[in-house]
Amino acid sequence: MLTDLTIAQARDGLRAKEFSAVDLTMAHLHAIEKLNTRLNAFITVSHSQALDQARAADAALAAGEARALTGIPLAIKDLFCTAGVRTTAGSKILGPFVPPYESTVTANLLRDGAVLLGKTNLDEFAMGSSNMTSAYGPVENPWKRKQDETAVLVPGGSSGGSAASVAARLAMGATGTDTGGSIRQPASFCGLVGVKPTYGRCSRWGVVAFASSLDHPGPFARTVRDSAILLGSMAGHDPKDSTSAAVPVPDFEAACARGVKGLRIGVPREYHSDGMPAEIDALWQQGLDWLRAAGAEIVDVSLPYTKYGLATYYIVAPAEASSNLARYDGVRFGARENGEDLRDLYERTRAEGFGPEVRRRVLIGTYVLSAGYYDAYYLRAQKIRALILKDFTDAFAHVDALLTPTAPSAAFAQGENMDDPIKMYLNDLFTVPANLAGVPAASVPVGLDANGLPLGLQVIGKPFDEETVFAVSATLEQAAGFTALPAIRAGG
Amino acid sequence: MSLDHATVRRIASLARIRVEEHEVEPLRNELNGILGWIEQLNEVDVTGIAPLTGATNMAMAMRADVVTDGGYADKVLSNAPERIGDFYVVPKVVE
Amino acid sequence: MTMQPKYAIEGSTGTWEVVVGLEVHAQVISNAKLFSGAATAFGAEPNSQVSFVDAAFPGMLPVINAECVAQAVRTGLGLNARINTVSRFDRKNYFYADLPSGYQISQFEHPIVGTGEVEVELADGSTKVIGITRLHLEQDAGKSIHDQHPTKTLIDLNRSGVALMEIVSEPDIRSPEEAGAYLRKLRSILRYLGTCDGNMEEGSMRADVNVSVRKHGEPYRTRCEVKNVNSIRFVMQAVEAEAARQVEVWESGGTVMQETRLFDSGRGITRSMRSKEDAHDYRYFPDPDLLPLVLEEDWIASLKAALPELPDAKRARFIQSYGLSPYDAAVLVAEKATADFYETVAKGRDPKIAANWVTGDFFAAVNRLGRSIEDPPVTAAALGGLLDLMADNTINGRIAKDVFEAMVETGKDAATIVDEKGLRQVTDTGAIDEAVDRILAANPDKVEEYRSGKDKLFGFFVGQTMNAMAGKGNPGLINETLKRHLAAQKE
Ligand SMILES: [Mg+2]
Ligand SMILES: [Zn+2]
Repeated sequence: MLTDLTIAQARDGLRAKEFSAVDLTMAHLHAIEKLNTRLNAFITVSHSQALDQARAADAALAAGEARALTGIPLAIKDLFCTAGVRTTAGSKILGPFVPPYESTVTANLLRDGAVLLGKTNLDEFAMGSSNMTSAYGPVENPWKRKQDETAVLVPGGSSGGSAASVAARLAMGATGTDTGGSIRQPASFCGLVGVKPTYGRCSRWGVVAFASSLDHPGPFARTVRDSAILLGSMAGHDPKDSTSAAVPVPDFEAACARGVKGLRIGVPREYHSDGMPAEIDALWQQGLDWLRAAGAEIVDVSLPYTKYGLATYYIVAPAEASSNLARYDGVRFGARENGEDLRDLYERTRAEGFGPEVRRRVLIGTYVLSAGYYDAYYLRAQKIRALILKDFTDAFAHVDALLTPTAPSAAFAQGENMDDPIKMYLNDLFTVPANLAGVPAASVPVGLDANGLPLGLQVIGKPFDEETVFAVSATLEQAAGFTALPAIRAGG
Repeated sequence: MSLDHATVRRIASLARIRVEEHEVEPLRNELNGILGWIEQLNEVDVTGIAPLTGATNMAMAMRADVVTDGGYADKVLSNAPERIGDFYVVPKVVE
Repeated sequence: MTMQPKYAIEGSTGTWEVVVGLEVHAQVISNAKLFSGAATAFGAEPNSQVSFVDAAFPGMLPVINAECVAQAVRTGLGLNARINTVSRFDRKNYFYADLPSGYQISQFEHPIVGTGEVEVELADGSTKVIGITRLHLEQDAGKSIHDQHPTKTLIDLNRSGVALMEIVSEPDIRSPEEAGAYLRKLRSILRYLGTCDGNMEEGSMRADVNVSVRKHGEPYRTRCEVKNVNSIRFVMQAVEAEAARQVEVWESGGTVMQETRLFDSGRGITRSMRSKEDAHDYRYFPDPDLLPLVLEEDWIASLKAALPELPDAKRARFIQSYGLSPYDAAVLVAEKATADFYETVAKGRDPKIAANWVTGDFFAAVNRLGRSIEDPPVTAAALGGLLDLMADNTINGRIAKDVFEAMVETGKDAATIVDEKGLRQVTDTGAIDEAVDRILAANPDKVEEYRSGKDKLFGFFVGQTMNAMAGKGNPGLINETLKRHLAAQKE
């Protein structure tokens, strides 16, 4: 099956003319046709544009001008603006929005010859951990519980559609964004590799903003090597983003083969939580054993402020979001509700256009920035953020990378964890600190729980040292030999 | 700190989100639940800690003073829900 | 310190002092906007100078324009102010039709320029120092057009994102006159620096006027902010009107409420703004799309080294090296263009005569014809040419005035007019002898009176002789010849 190939395999097959880019794209478009009605992973499928790009890829291949991703079909989270292709951010308020510009990350992918299949579903404005807040309906996780095939599981969020599409073989890889775990948690839930690079590594230009200081674009793939290939293309300095780092992009793919011999891997003791399922703890120990066996030294470290990460995040992210989302006012783009006067128009447009979770976060964010509360909430959170960064800086003085679980559970069913927002927020307990500190982190699938659902481990690295993250991730991947497949998939 | 009815109304108004009267109480409970959980941050001693604004410690690069953008009124207006000529349109604003 | 009576309002309960602070928004001169590459030119087609950044499209990000930063630093240096090597940008959050992102990027906690000062000259010849609190960079908003449609407001975002400097003064101003003098001086400095064109009609300079009143020796009372006043005259009127209103409120037993007001220039009053915004809560916080703005000391030094001579320094130099009166010097340096015009005229010539001509006949012609220094009725070079003809005795001062008027009228240069009209001064002693003889012969009675001691009549003889020579006689030779002839007759 062409849809089962990894990106690295497909790249070789295309160059060897074993199949064409059009063949490969058609196979994925057919898979989408067949499965998307059920999975709801794509909001928009750009069928004809994808075929045009595939034909152009074949022409480039024929001319011997292949680039890193020539002919590789990818899915794009519907938070990346794509010229001429509707971009909704999972929100009703952007339902009619067709950007006249291309985000830097997708432009980089196109520059490297990628075929963009369409735009994937997500939690509204990337606010969620289950994909249940999308205005375009929930996404079904292609994995099934062994004991209960009827339960519809969530793919995680917010990049749930991207994760589900890659897991179900509807795309060979996908882009995501990670503000508090939105790549790593769905990667863990869907048995994928997900990478959140260093803040500033991938441009945010053209990505609908949720929380500017926390938003990180990054890739999903089925192997560590594929994710390295994708990140290599997505990354790079962008003068249009003031927070983009002017540092060269190393050869991430090569870093995957480095191994971990001589590396010091930190185990942050604060990531042991009481409520954590025993099998996750066991898998974590297993991961450490694998790394030790591969020549790494395992070191206990302490990140004492980690436990405050989540609450800190729920001040900083809503505060920034409340301001970033002020532009959705029904005047220049997107949906509008008419009103008696301008104020009424704003209030109706935003009440109608935003779903409950977005409204909740905008209100929390407005409150924590408002007069009299700024110091108690926002300023305090920024100070704790400084302490969390210091935790990482101190730890990285002694170790090369950290290993932790990615999420406190495997994928849960639609409807579970939905009664209380905080329960949902707890999904991101282990992922949020890396966003607050801006350090790179990846989730690697390493095993299954008792229900047969995938579980991931998280590798966290030093700023701009994704290479070590890839080296550790590839070592774990190899040791784990994770070959399980989701129940719902192309050809499955 | 716990939000009262009037505060919920005030922040909704600041955020320009219409909230129906019957929505205020449920919203107030949800928001107070979240804010109550956030209270845990009060146990952290932040004395003398400089606030961290973002996840990067670079200084800002500046661009040259060259006109490189604009000149496409049609593109900036192409998504507008309402337009008159090359203007955006809103209900009449009284100052 | 001046002991002159200050501006005061005599109320029924005593004398009130006016306390004024100004927040001036000055549009930065730059090609492109503060955070986008769109153009800044005035008067373009609607929404034609708008990038996706300026219209706050999803995913758009700001990148700062180095020239706007340099302009702010130059202005700070020109205001003798402290330049902050680290500053930050904050978001000021509020919803408004012409504010696309729902926030203005401004500088709240850490402005680029700190405290400075401006010295102003007042009509009584005294000077006063007005403190500058700060200068910060921020974005301008777009424009709402309310009068094109019965039920709609139209929005043009051309100005959205243009760089502004907000220059905040200390509440050091005590009268409408001082407010006007401060604004004129500030505008002059900005124009000298080339950082703002100071054009209030086009809105490139606007003032928010903070006014309060108090009895002598009291702490400050509540102030009101009169927003967006767009001429110096209106600022002066607004201070007067608002101060008078506040005195009336206090004296009638009321309380002045802190609020934002508008100046109604037609009626000469201030009024409360109708749209009662819910108590402003701007929720300032550091803009997470931007990083700290860090300035190198060397860069600041290089900007400082390249600053032009500013009005105060130029005035001192005009007094010192040209020997001008402080008054003339102040008049000539008020606008850089005027000072440059003057220096072109004065170069290689008598500087005082040049000053008299520029501030005299030349200014009179400019005003009479509604022209400007940028579009002068006579160029500096042409005026210099006229002065040269006087200096080498080709014409005398009296003829020069006529030549100047002919130059204004015809645009021809002085030498051409003198030649065409035959205005060359007569220095032929024979011709002068003859004219003097004729005048003395025709006025024997006056000669008699002169001889008997009525010296004042000498002027009469000069005038008569000059008239007889159609104004072209060399005044020195006429004087000399007359003295000789009258003396001869006396004997
Ligand atoms: Mg102001
Ligand atoms: Zn301002």
